[in-house]
Amino acid sequence: MNTHKKRNILICQGSTCHQVAKENLIDAFKSKLKEYQLDEDVKVVQSVCFNKCTVGPNIIIHPDNVEYSTVTSDDIDEIIMLHLLNDKIVERLVYNQVYENSGSDKKQYRIALRNCGFIDPEVIVDYIEKNGYAALGKCLTEYTPQQVIDEIKASGLRGRGGGGFSTGLKWEITSKSEADQKYVVCNADEGDPGAFMDRSVLEGDPHSVIEAMAICGYAIGATKGIVYIRAEYPLAIKRLQIALKQAKEYGLLGRDILGTGFEFDISIKYGAGAFVCGEETALIHSMEGLRGEPTLKPPFPSVSGYLGKPTNVNNVETFANIPAIINRGSKWFASIGTEKSKGTKVFALAGKVNNVGLVEVPMGTTLREVIYDIGGGIKDGKKFKAVQTGGPSGGCLTEKHLDLPIDFDTLMAAGSMMGSGGMIIMDEDDCMVSMARFYLEFTVEESCGKCAPCRIGNKRLHEMLIKICDDKGSEEDLMLLKNLSTVVKDTSLCGLGQTSPNPILSTMENFYDEYLAHVKDHKCPAGQCKSFQRYYISEQNCIGCMVCARNCPVNAISGEKKEVHIINQETCIKCGVCMEKCKFDAIYLN
Amino acid sequence: MMTICESNVAKIKAICEEFNNDKGELINVLHKTQHTFGYLPEEVQEVVAQNLNTSLAHVYGVVSFYSFFTMTPKGEHPINICMGTACYVRGAEKVLDEFKKLLNIKVGETTKDEKFSLSSLRCVGACGLAPVVLVGDKVYGRVTLDGVQEILDEYK
Amino acid sequence: MEMINIKIDNKNVQVPKGTSILDAAKSIGIKIPTLCYMNLHDLNTEHKPTGCRICVVEVAGRKNLVPACATECTSGMEIKNQTMRVLNARKTVMELILSDHPAECLICPKNGTCDLQSMAQEMGIRHYHYKGEQSTYIKDRSIAIKRDMDKCIGCKRCLTMCNDVQTVGALSSINRGFMSVVAPAFQMDLSESVCTYCGQCVAVCPTAALTEIDHTSNVIRMLADPTKTVVVQTAPAVRAALGEEFGYEAGTLVTGKMVAALKDLGFDYVFDTDFAADLTIMEEGTELLDRLSRHLKGDETVKLPILTSCCPAWVSFFEHHFPDMKDIPSTARSPQQMFGSIAKTYYAEKIGIKREDMIVVSIMPCLAKKYERDRDEFKTDGNPDVDYVLSTRELAKLIKQASINFEELPNMDFDKPMGESSGAGVIFGTTGGVIEAAVRTAYEIFTGQSLHKVDFEQLRGMDWVREAIVDFNGTPIKIGIAHGLGNARKLLNEIREGKSQYDAIEIMACPGGCIGGGGQPLHHGDTNILKARQKALYSEDKNKTIRKSHENPYIINLYKEFLGKPMSRKAHELLHTQYFDKSNPVDIVKD
Repeated sequence: MNTHKKRNILICQGSTCHQVAKENLIDAFKSKLKEYQLDEDVKVVQSVCFNKCTVGPNIIIHPDNVEYSTVTSDDIDEIIMLHLLNDKIVERLVYNQVYENSGSDKKQYRIALRNCGFIDPEVIVDYIEKNGYAALGKCLTEYTPQQVIDEIKASGLRGRGGGGFSTGLKWEITSKSEADQKYVVCNADEGDPGAFMDRSVLEGDPHSVIEAMAICGYAIGATKGIVYIRAEYPLAIKRLQIALKQAKEYGLLGRDILGTGFEFDISIKYGAGAFVCGEETALIHSMEGLRGEPTLKPPFPSVSGYLGKPTNVNNVETFANIPAIINRGSKWFASIGTEKSKGTKVFALAGKVNNVGLVEVPMGTTLREVIYDIGGGIKDGKKFKAVQTGGPSGGCLTEKHLDLPIDFDTLMAAGSMMGSGGMIIMDEDDCMVSMARFYLEFTVEESCGKCAPCRIGNKRLHEMLIKICDDKGSEEDLMLLKNLSTVVKDTSLCGLGQTSPNPILSTMENFYDEYLAHVKDHKCPAGQCKSFQRYYISEQNCIGCMVCARNCPVNAISGEKKEVHIINQETCIKCGVCMEKCKFDAIYLN
Repeated sequence: MMTICESNVAKIKAICEEFNNDKGELINVLHKTQHTFGYLPEEVQEVVAQNLNTSLAHVYGVVSFYSFFTMTPKGEHPINICMGTACYVRGAEKVLDEFKKLLNIKVGETTKDEKFSLSSLRCVGACGLAPVVLVGDKVYGRVTLDGVQEILDEYK
Repeated sequence: MEMINIKIDNKNVQVPKGTSILDAAKSIGIKIPTLCYMNLHDLNTEHKPTGCRICVVEVAGRKNLVPACATECTSGMEIKNQTMRVLNARKTVMELILSDHPAECLICPKNGTCDLQSMAQEMGIRHYHYKGEQSTYIKDRSIAIKRDMDKCIGCKRCLTMCNDVQTVGALSSINRGFMSVVAPAFQMDLSESVCTYCGQCVAVCPTAALTEIDHTSNVIRMLADPTKTVVVQTAPAVRAALGEEFGYEAGTLVTGKMVAALKDLGFDYVFDTDFAADLTIMEEGTELLDRLSRHLKGDETVKLPILTSCCPAWVSFFEHHFPDMKDIPSTARSPQQMFGSIAKTYYAEKIGIKREDMIVVSIMPCLAKKYERDRDEFKTDGNPDVDYVLSTRELAKLIKQASINFEELPNMDFDKPMGESSGAGVIFGTTGGVIEAAVRTAYEIFTGQSLHKVDFEQLRGMDWVREAIVDFNGTPIKIGIAHGLGNARKLLNEIREGKSQYDAIEIMACPGGCIGGGGQPLHHGDTNILKARQKALYSEDKNKTIRKSHENPYIINLYKEFLGKPMSRKAHELLHTQYFDKSNPVDIVKD
């Protein structure tokens, strides 16, 4: 039997590729490789998002680092024949448009996603081969709990869930709270619309989170861990369950871990679709089987959390950084990033950008680098208008912010926030008032309703934005909008209400002209708000066939047969049916 | 008075026992119960409350808080429209409106023939395919307004 | 106690560590406005969900405003209560709350007694800047409590009462966001829920979201009907609280004026529920002694402790939550129902009218009494023993509507025979009172000796759960007392687990007993008012010449003329009742 070059075929199982694939590419590759007797040398690995979702399903062949896009099972023979057996690249499948020249890999730096795509998440040995569980071993045998905390503190790691609180400090507070039982909680209730980095970590590298939670348990003196995960993530749940089972079998969870006498176990609790449960106290109530309503802090969970016991809550991405920090040292980690924000951040790049998907970049990378170098610029050659970071809690930044180095503090100072890492790119066709309205609609739906400013205030903000988008706003509304936004921020009980007006405040700050255009000039500059649209009938093209008039649901179109028709703008409800039905392109929008 | 049959009571009882009849596990219990029955009708909630030794009002308070739980049976083909930001930016709202128009139901409702039910959800993580529609487990990407009727026709 | 120094509006204040900003401010005379906050100090219940955000203040170094009610002072804290930022925030939040509240104050049942209304007044709200959709919900008109959740401001005080204090569990927060509200499961009517109608939710509701079902107009109609003989009975706790509605200090007894007012209103006979309370003692006391002596003789079929049964909310509570123990409480009906039953038989006969022509109205401190009168077992051929129940608040309203100048009224006496009572009947209105009344009678009958001192101080007080041993001439009788259904639950659990050693237990659903009932003038969380009412009842007891039920001559006469003796067949038929299992609302059917 011939020996061939050892290769890995990484098959993207990111949610987009996974869902767009018509067949199971993994099984198809495996069986074909067997046919060619290559299954000894070439390993098929399910991988996480390659940030090229628009051209999925994608595969990468390592170590050659060749990427193929829109791969189907019909292409497998060709890939094996040419590439694997003859070292020739299948040119027709290579994705080489904007992406290839972008140098995106150079800008990216993977810590949290270090193993995603390079190991089989359902095989613990794969993780162990990548130095997995070495950090836990190191902590248990070489470090005291305080030394672990000191190391995390020295690394400068800050919570990746949005708040940006020092992880080491949080651990220290929990470790100093005295109790017979403490808990380590992993917040995997990723609810930001347009963000899926936690899901990718859990799907691609669940052991890194398990290992980190055990390290945290050792550091703070907890024997129990709980992963609170969205029920909408079935694949992540399945992989996590497999990983937990394997970790127990390998003695990496349970009693007497690695023979050191340390005991730690992890169970799973499911979220049930409430964005507010990303807030620590709400999350804890949800874990206790209650409505996910937050309570006043202090007391912080690190003092009184799950079942009233000290509880350390970190999110998935934060935990994923921990083993790397322990293995490579806090100095290494602290050398990456900016003065106050260390390490990297994973973003889910989406919207009007050429390459959408997950990216991980060092803190301090500029928005421009992410959008243009990694994202490949704006789709369809349109003009960049704004970038929204931090989801419903964040704000819209503009052209003038593009060269800001991304970190917790600069984004905050610019009126947005890091949030959990959603990054939505908008172009000239996007109306900023509508954007704010979209986010407020989300907040209104997700507010728990416990405190008055969030329950009623966000509703009123949303109503005012609808009014403005419906061409019914006035300048006074803008004043009220601003005052109410400020008060809701200032008085709400939890982080949800304290940040929900950010999309309004930041768009008002950066795009006030656009608001004014809506209320003063009665125009939507981006042309997105329907109420400002006017349908007209072109005198040249209209032949008087009467089809539009017959189909108009509100009888707004009048005109005799074979004569040019007219739309009554007062009656018109802008449904667009006339335009759809006209066979002569006679109906146009202003 | 609500009615429920013996075998269903036994099923709920078994689920609660699996979680040690611990009311702190209410959400996990409800997940499993909904998985079993497809939805959470009143009588099912009452039996859950009894087994977990908590009040019916509390169980309903939790059910009505979380959007994952539903008290109406879903249609044969549940349609979910992703309203994540990426999909929104790429026109998900118009797609949703089209579904509402063609099916003549609102979000959260089921058609009279129990064939389709309509809901929106937040980000399925397929932002590259925006706007995204799910019918059952099947994903439809880059859905256009004309595509809506085509999707429905597949299930007629 | 560790003391810390803080500054409020630049004034130095020293407070014990752990003090809230609200209390610290209060200690130097700064009143921070509150809305959802409620402190039932003597009842160990502090409700601070921090939901209304009206009490927000500025704290140096904090990014956002903080709620004063739930934020503890820390050493060196600098607090500002009067900045533009704070005032604007409070006013804006207040406007938001009002924007989701029907603006129908002039025709609202809470007009004048509404916390939201007075807060709007204090803040000088003159505009609705933030108009928009208002949340509306299914209205609920149960037999005792009206729920109009459009008027709910989300303070959740009712939840604390229903779930934490009373452990009834009829209510929960439901839904999310703008449509979140407090309701029974599935927004069902309270009558379908496990509600006991204790009315404590109504007693603490700051607005008219929860009010009593108003029966005043029905009563007016009956008073105007010449074919009806309208008889009224007034419960003991009413006389100790009615005055508050007319500006009297809490704890002022207005028994005489109340009787005069009722006569002015046109009631044909003004009687006293205290009379029926004496009758209750005769029946319940006899039942206690019967069970006790059989128990002492070693009869194992007899169950002890015996539990009082005069509180309808409590009866409903054990029917829903402890149906397995429904044979433990005394079978004696409540004084209200004993009164109705005797009035429509014995007294109707005596004055020569037909049952249907007699209307019995009760004035009660209680909303559950409205429900109790509606129970089927208290009706004869559909005609109820008690026709209408008015709360203390409704009576005050009726008096005001009739333009009666309450202060100017003379003191008048109840009519006889059913208006005469002993001091024992009076103290039925407070926690510990029923059992003390029972002991006074049971002691004398059991020992055959007369009591020298009728005041049993060890049974009195406000502690949630109390116990005492009364020496029945060598036989120690162990007595337990609980008020608040949550405490009753604790005692019941002990009995169920066989840990209870009590011979007799008194339970009242409301904190403080009937003086704190759901139909009383609102105490707005001031428990000193409850204590004053309690004191008033004990003083009326003290001033009575007859202080033991079995010495009430009209009771003695009633037995002689009509009933025979306690627990006779006739007494059983008219004065005793039975209880039902109401625990399972689901019908389980075969597959």
